[in-house]
Amino acid sequence: MAASSERSPPPFPESEEQELEPDLEDEDSDEGADIFTGGMLSDVVMDPPLPTSASEPAKDIFSDAPADSFNDPLNKTSAEPEKTESTGLSKAQVVSLVDKAADDEDLFSDPLGESEDVSAEVHKASQNDVVSKADLFGDDDEEDLFKEPLGAVTKKPQVPLFTEEPNDIFTEAKAGSKAPSDLFTEETFTAPSAAAAAKPSVNTGSKTNGLHSDEEDLFAEATVELSLDSPHNDKRKREAAKPSVPASTLSSSASTSKPQPKTLEELEEEENEDKFDLNISVTNPEKVGDGMNAYMAYKVSTQTTLSMFRSKQFVVRRRFSDFLGLYEKLSEKHAQNGYIVPPPPEKSILGMTKVKVGKEDPSSAEFVERRRAALERYLQRVVCHPSLLQDPDVREFLEKEELPRAVGTQALSGAGFLKMINKATDAVSKMTIKMNESDVWFEEKLQEVESEDQQLRKLHAMVDSLVIHRKELSMNTAMFAKSVAMLGSSEDNTALSRALSQLAEVEDRIEQLHQDQASNDFFIFAELLADYIRLLGAVRACFDQRMKAWQRWQDAQNMLQKKRETEAKLLWANKPDKLQQAKDEIVEWEAKVSQYERDFERVSATVRKEVIRYEKEKTRDFKKQIIRYLESLLQSQQQLIKYWEAFLPEAKAIA
Amino acid sequence: MFSSALLLLPPRSSFLQQRKIKGKVAAKIKTERRESPRSLTHRPTRSSAAMTSISQDADREKMRSVSVDLNNDSSLLIDIPDALCERDKVKFTVHTKTTLNSFQKPEFSVPRQHEDFIWLHDTLVETEEYAGLIIPPAPPKPDFEGPREKMHKLGEGESTMTKEEYAKMKQELEAEYLAVFKKTVQVHEIFLQRLSSHPVFSKDRNFQIFLEYDQDLSVRRKNAKEFFGGFFKNMVKSADEVLISGIKDVDEFFEQEKTFLLDYFSKIKDATAKAEKMTRSHKNVADDYIHISATVSNIGAEDNTALKTHLEKFSELLEKLRKVEGRVASDQELKLTELLRYYMRDIQAAKDLLYRRARALADYENSNKALDKARLKSKDIPQAEENQRQCLQKFDKLSESGKQELTSFKGRRVVAFRKNLIEMAELEIKHAKNSTALLQGCIEMLKVN
Repeated sequence: MAASSERSPPPFPESEEQELEPDLEDEDSDEGADIFTGGMLSDVVMDPPLPTSASEPAKDIFSDAPADSFNDPLNKTSAEPEKTESTGLSKAQVVSLVDKAADDEDLFSDPLGESEDVSAEVHKASQNDVVSKADLFGDDDEEDLFKEPLGAVTKKPQVPLFTEEPNDIFTEAKAGSKAPSDLFTEETFTAPSAAAAAKPSVNTGSKTNGLHSDEEDLFAEATVELSLDSPHNDKRKREAAKPSVPASTLSSSASTSKPQPKTLEELEEEENEDKFDLNISVTNPEKVGDGMNAYMAYKVSTQTTLSMFRSKQFVVRRRFSDFLGLYEKLSEKHAQNGYIVPPPPEKSILGMTKVKVGKEDPSSAEFVERRRAALERYLQRVVCHPSLLQDPDVREFLEKEELPRAVGTQALSGAGFLKMINKATDAVSKMTIKMNESDVWFEEKLQEVESEDQQLRKLHAMVDSLVIHRKELSMNTAMFAKSVAMLGSSEDNTALSRALSQLAEVEDRIEQLHQDQASNDFFIFAELLADYIRLLGAVRACFDQRMKAWQRWQDAQNMLQKKRETEAKLLWANKPDKLQQAKDEIVEWEAKVSQYERDFERVSATVRKEVIRYEKEKTRDFKKQIIRYLESLLQSQQQLIKYWEAFLPEAKAIA
Repeated sequence: MFSSALLLLPPRSSFLQQRKIKGKVAAKIKTERRESPRSLTHRPTRSSAAMTSISQDADREKMRSVSVDLNNDSSLLIDIPDALCERDKVKFTVHTKTTLNSFQKPEFSVPRQHEDFIWLHDTLVETEEYAGLIIPPAPPKPDFEGPREKMHKLGEGESTMTKEEYAKMKQELEAEYLAVFKKTVQVHEIFLQRLSSHPVFSKDRNFQIFLEYDQDLSVRRKNAKEFFGGFFKNMVKSADEVLISGIKDVDEFFEQEKTFLLDYFSKIKDATAKAEKMTRSHKNVADDYIHISATVSNIGAEDNTALKTHLEKFSELLEKLRKVEGRVASDQELKLTELLRYYMRDIQAAKDLLYRRARALADYENSNKALDKARLKSKDIPQAEENQRQCLQKFDKLSESGKQELTSFKGRRVVAFRKNLIEMAELEIKHAKNSTALLQGCIEMLKVN
């Protein structure tokens, strides 16, 4: 929590909307504050204490530090109190900042010009994508430090202050830097800061209007905040304050998983638009061990700006069964609630045995690459899911150095056998449950899902045969190339001989092209389909979960009915001693029925939401992949043109 | 759709039997083609009703290119404007236009079958005077097994396909069938054209009969004895070839030619087989696009999210790409495989010429020996001398015309390769550019939406 990102702030959009998201929010507003101090400073010829006062976590700051700084804004003294404040900060941070300070000395030399440039850039960047903006902000932070004529001494403490307690700061920072109505700032801020606050707002004023609704724009957001009136700020503050109380003690996952479903939905929306905050890649597959006990280990590297993780970048090594283990854990926890838990790639005994036994043959290399890519996509799908991302197991999987060995993932183990039995009984019970569907939506969706499954399987088989045929083509082209080369060597006409050997070369290149295209067919197209066939399995499973919940509810209702009948009988038979017990049971079952009904409603709602989410993801995924696939085709066609165009003069040169 | 399939399909194909359609169905195909500029003025454009016309093939380049050494002599022009596929037999209509006096009319058409062509070839081979010439290779037997087999498979797999998919596959097969058919017609045509353009062969009596006689030639098909006789002859010939190959040639030119042709023949044979394989697998890839496109469009039809339009676009594109890809494959087949195949057969013919010359050389040497023997025994000397003189004369004549023929063959080969390779490269570029444009358009469309 402590090291929440200061330097490369997260490009989190829609902070306006997600009012119950304290972690993200605070980073955001931190940003805003920084930007504006940057902007302000350029206009006002620097006001060092500004960020300090805004970010001071403790109350006592406001009693002394701000006073000092405003009395004597360009004086060293303003830094002094902050320095003392920051004594509790981690040394590492300080050191890193010193480094940075040294690096950026040149900026320091010309603070004014630079800062103006940057502010201009920021304005420009605000229209561009979020990532680049993040970088700019980083610059801005630094600059902001160096603009202060006070020197490195002041800088050191300042930034750590920001990072120290982001949870609390964020409201204050916002209020402090932008909303003069805030109590603290009203006390501390004087004319310069007010003027400073006004100026950037003018600069960006035109944008503010247009971008009110455009949450993707961080900068605009900041300006919006600027122009917000105090009631809103207060409201935000209060709302933010609530979660921030537990946040100080609880982990971020706890605080974020708490919010009501509505927030979750909002979060979902954001997640859909914003993929930059969590990048996961699976790389460097490596064979560990020998013989049948060998396994493949993969490097799982994460790059994130989410504050729920301890650092921004971390790498762990995981083996395949760890991935399966993660899935087991997740599906145990979430599947029954109707969540679609993305399934990992299947275990392949054949493929893996080949890898274990075989040396370095291309088919096993392809197998490993295929699995690596599949695992990467799997993890990306997991973290894309807003609720699964919050799961501590996911975090552990990504972050923790050593993971307890996953058990029960072996295909042929006892656990595997048990799983198979469970699946079989599930299938049987599924057949016996006859659900009279009350909701047409579910019925239709289930049907859609089933036919989609069928179609995708068909398509997958066809794409597979395309891959095979293209590989064949590549092979045959290679053979032809060789043959033509031989023919060329036999040809006694020099020009024709030369042309033939050129043709052989062209065919050789085309062979490579076909081969690449075959692997593109496979990795871009076929694997996408394979993924979605697996995912559809998960989608169907969540429909099953809903059915199960319904069944529980119905069973409970039947039970209640029986209990009531017994009660009636007892009443009739006039047995008061047992009557009470029966009544108790009825109450108990009534509670259960309503509980199960609620469960069912909840699962239904989740399933509905999940299916919609799935469809959205699918649309995006398919579109992306189709475009990628077409681009790969395009590229090979372009290459083809090049090759033949190079050949044409050779053919014409035959005399 | 179905009716046109009927027209194209050989009636014996099981695909038709499956549908219980009886009766003789004949496919008459008018081979439409772009007239080559050279003969444009002489050839009347034909507009007689064609029973089948496949527009996508209309602009397909003609394969005339293979025999490029046709001279510009317009005294004898031959083409095959129509062909009729009846059961296994293909009936060609051979059309001749001439200014030569040896023909009774300046223009006439006769029906001929593949067997008639073979007969013509055989008589040419057997004519002693032509021993010193490269006799144009006989056209290969019409072979519709490939598409027929595919049609059979398609009929079996009908239930697993959607209607459109099936229709498309059938369409593709029909196109393939038609392509094979056209190719068959063309190789026959080329055979005749090479004869007509040759100064010696064009005067051949049998050739003129072949062209002019308006009744059925009713060439007797080879009976079993003859067939085996031919087989035996071939065996003897190859054994003989091995035997006389040991004889050192006095002429450097022929010695070189021999080693060259032997080497070249094996190489070109290999290349032909490989090229065939390559084009076939290219066709498979194009066929896969059909299935994928159909399934994608099905998925698109059922989808009702934003993906629908994307999938539809994707499917459309694949359908277009498939056509381009199919064209690439068939153009490769036409420009490359056919070229190689033709020259493989031509080289065989050239090799035969060399064999005949070597045989004559052997005969000459034998006659020399016989003369020596006769002189030794002083018996039958004039006879042996006469024999020896004749053999020498024959050999010299053979050598002379053979040298000429081989040299012209070399030039012909180079020119043909040049032409075809250029055309193929141009077509490849054209198709690739086509695909590129299609792909770019689709990508842009997808990106916008």
